[in-house]
Amino acid sequence: MLVFEKSRPGRGCSMLPACDVEIVLPKEKDKRELALHMPELSENELSRHYTELAKKSHGVNDGFYPLGSCTMKYNPKINEDMAALPGFTEVHPLQPAHTVQGCMEVMKETEEYLCEITGMDHMTFQPAAGAHGEFTGLLLIKAYHESRGDKKRTKIIVPDSAHGTNPASAVMAGYSVVSIPSGEDGCVDLEKLRAVAGDDIAGLMLTNPNTVGLFDKNILEITNIVHGCGGLCYYDGANLNAVMGTVRPGDMGFDVIHLNLHKTFSTPHGGGGPGSGPVGCKECLTEFLPSVLVEGEETLSFVKSEHSIGEMKSFYGNFLVVVRALTYLKTLGREGIPKASQNAVLNANYMMNKLKDLYTMAYDEVCMHEFVMSLSDLKKKTGVSAMDIAKGLLDNGIHPPTMYFPLIVDEALMVEPTETESRETLDEAIQVFRNLYEMAEKEAESLHAAPVTTPVTRLDEVGAARHPVLRYQFS
Amino acid sequence: MGSYIPNTENEQSQMLSEIGFQSMEELFGHIPDEVKVKDGLNIPEGMSELEVRKSMQKIAGKNRVFETIFRGAGAYRHFIPSIVKSVISKENLLTAYTPYQAEISQGILQSIFEYQTMICDLTGMDTSNASVYDGATAAAEGIAMCKERKRKKAMISATVLPYVLETVKTYCFGNGMELVVIPEKDGVTDVEFLKENIDKETACVYIQHPNYYGNLEDAENIGNIVHEAGAKYIMGVNPISLGVLKTPREYGADVAVGDGQPLGLSIAFGGPYLGFMACVEGMTRKLPGRIVGQTVDHNGKTGYVLTLQAREQHIRREKASSNVCSNQALCALAVSVYMAAMGNEGLANAAIQSTSKAHYLAAELEKIGFAVENKTDFFHEFVTKSETPAETALKALEEQGILGGYPLDDHRILWCCTEVNSKEEMDAVVRILKEV
Repeated sequence: MLVFEKSRPGRGCSMLPACDVEIVLPKEKDKRELALHMPELSENELSRHYTELAKKSHGVNDGFYPLGSCTMKYNPKINEDMAALPGFTEVHPLQPAHTVQGCMEVMKETEEYLCEITGMDHMTFQPAAGAHGEFTGLLLIKAYHESRGDKKRTKIIVPDSAHGTNPASAVMAGYSVVSIPSGEDGCVDLEKLRAVAGDDIAGLMLTNPNTVGLFDKNILEITNIVHGCGGLCYYDGANLNAVMGTVRPGDMGFDVIHLNLHKTFSTPHGGGGPGSGPVGCKECLTEFLPSVLVEGEETLSFVKSEHSIGEMKSFYGNFLVVVRALTYLKTLGREGIPKASQNAVLNANYMMNKLKDLYTMAYDEVCMHEFVMSLSDLKKKTGVSAMDIAKGLLDNGIHPPTMYFPLIVDEALMVEPTETESRETLDEAIQVFRNLYEMAEKEAESLHAAPVTTPVTRLDEVGAARHPVLRYQFS
Repeated sequence: MGSYIPNTENEQSQMLSEIGFQSMEELFGHIPDEVKVKDGLNIPEGMSELEVRKSMQKIAGKNRVFETIFRGAGAYRHFIPSIVKSVISKENLLTAYTPYQAEISQGILQSIFEYQTMICDLTGMDTSNASVYDGATAAAEGIAMCKERKRKKAMISATVLPYVLETVKTYCFGNGMELVVIPEKDGVTDVEFLKENIDKETACVYIQHPNYYGNLEDAENIGNIVHEAGAKYIMGVNPISLGVLKTPREYGADVAVGDGQPLGLSIAFGGPYLGFMACVEGMTRKLPGRIVGQTVDHNGKTGYVLTLQAREQHIRREKASSNVCSNQALCALAVSVYMAAMGNEGLANAAIQSTSKAHYLAAELEKIGFAVENKTDFFHEFVTKSETPAETALKALEEQGILGGYPLDDHRILWCCTEVNSKEEMDAVVRILKEV
């Protein structure tokens, strides 16, 4: 039941004291006439309403969440405590510099950690999410070319295996997209890349490991080709959890990157955000960074470059998310960060190897932190699709992998276990996957009907889009 | 060193050998040597939880928390009911990803549907999305959604928050829209300039109400001018003001945006906040980001799903209406809980107390030589001009634990009052400034 349907006239919570100065009301012409319809409920009823909603939700805290490309690792509790310190939450963003030295230290220290991990020279925390970071990074590339009077570069190369945000961000930055097909091995096809690399190319967007979970071994050659035609290389940090301490984007030839603190650096995703998408770059792009950078040793201050692209949003980014990430970085440190990545890769390979006799792997090679299986054989044989297997997982308390992505693999399921899962959890999930396969062969019908143990069964998405009901209508 | 890896070294070795590897090095053996990190990362060693806690507390301790704040300018300290934190700390909600799997995400999806309804009700608009990053990006996205093939010019008033103006400029640098800034006249939008410069190529006009200086704009009149030219009218609003001020719908807006921070989120050095976006029905399919819709399951039971996804990047790629993927869902939840806890009366009360207190402080400051510059009606922010340098005045307040208004220049200060500021605190400001 919706909170509005539980409302009873006259109920409510008491929050504010009487006003201690004379009441001033706006003139009639500016006074609200439309009635408000906020729910009227006691605090107890309200609290139970949200507890009920929480029970009908599933977080990392509830169980295994191998959602590929999203790095659903455990969200440490101390992160939340530190982000709730009044020294961070009660600070106004426009306070004088000498009263916010701690906030500046958070930004400076996090920048130092992340630049070392990624091989970048500077980093801004203003972008609020990964896609916002992509847009920011592309504007840096645009500003760079324009500053050199190089106006003919109107295109960004994006592999067909890329996240959908990549081409969408390129268009927001005013570029047209050149999509290049991946090779048979799922990696960049060097010949195809060479064929499009020219003086109209502003840059390339790439993840490595790529979205099929493989490390592209030709990476130096790829970035060389792009640099050779005068373009710059953008690293989508969505998959950084595979390679921390092993390789650095900066050493692979990337000029600008974004990270997802809500993936790699353990901050909770909150059912869709807030995230944080800091953008790091090499020295050649630093002068174009948006917002401010923190400088100084003893006394810290904000400095803004004269050639900055401007502001990407208000203030300095999702600051409390950065506080959580710094807490995590301090906890893991020099040994812990590489170990996190090593175990993420180990867990993925372990699962892949224990499933590949039954399920068809899209690429049967050593994977990085995630792997992609194709259920198209299973579907041909039994009629059970990737969607059906995903819904079957729901009945077993497991959040399904990412479905139908990347687009270059038919009936794809993309599995990313992360390093914070135990061997027992992986073994149980492997068993569930195997049981579902058996079910697909013996009783496909029951998988078409899954899930049956959830608060609702499969929902009519087509109907929802065709006849949109996007809000409650008050009678 | 702290770690969140459950498997012991021994278990890791066993797992490695079961899948045919002798060591981690071998597992990573396929990565070319020439790109590998050679001597480890040059970052500090990890720490125990106890040490990390002390280290972070020490950093937080270097910030000054002001008991009393009279500064707004885009970040507002309002009262936050305890239930807000209680709800957003619930781990099933906190630690979930975007609700792609609707069957196990009904709680989150329903909460977004309720949020959308509340934002529509607050603004008077027909459709709301599930949030974007903040008020400034909501403004920029609002302008982008008005772009048409033959209308690529956007006009924005100089009286909007500086961060909003700068963000809009950046987005226009990206998407190639022409941006015309309508100058300020006497603290409000120069309506004559608007009339003279709006044309057939104008896609939209953006104003903020109340504006950066706290002033109420001639919002209805501006709306009429905009519509006569066939352009879309976007209003950026402070959501608290809507407890008492006319809604964007009543002023004739096509799109309403703003920063939801005043509705239950702490000021937090600038974020996370959230941007709300709502529009008239005809523009629904141009909204960026997530939208939740109501539907039924196979048994006819009511449920909620992410919908109208044909607008979005994961389906449309380069043809998407925006690149928004992650938004500020947990902040939207906080806003919903805030509005539900405050209720109709509480929202109106917060608005009325904020504006009443601002008027009280303005009158008291006027008496001691801080002349109020606002020539039109203002809401909960106002500007004073004084002979006393702003820096001197603000320093005197700071020494007494009060964060005064925001200095606009050497002698002008932008003040803000909310319901949390007591008469006693305001009288203290006046007492201190009298001595300066």
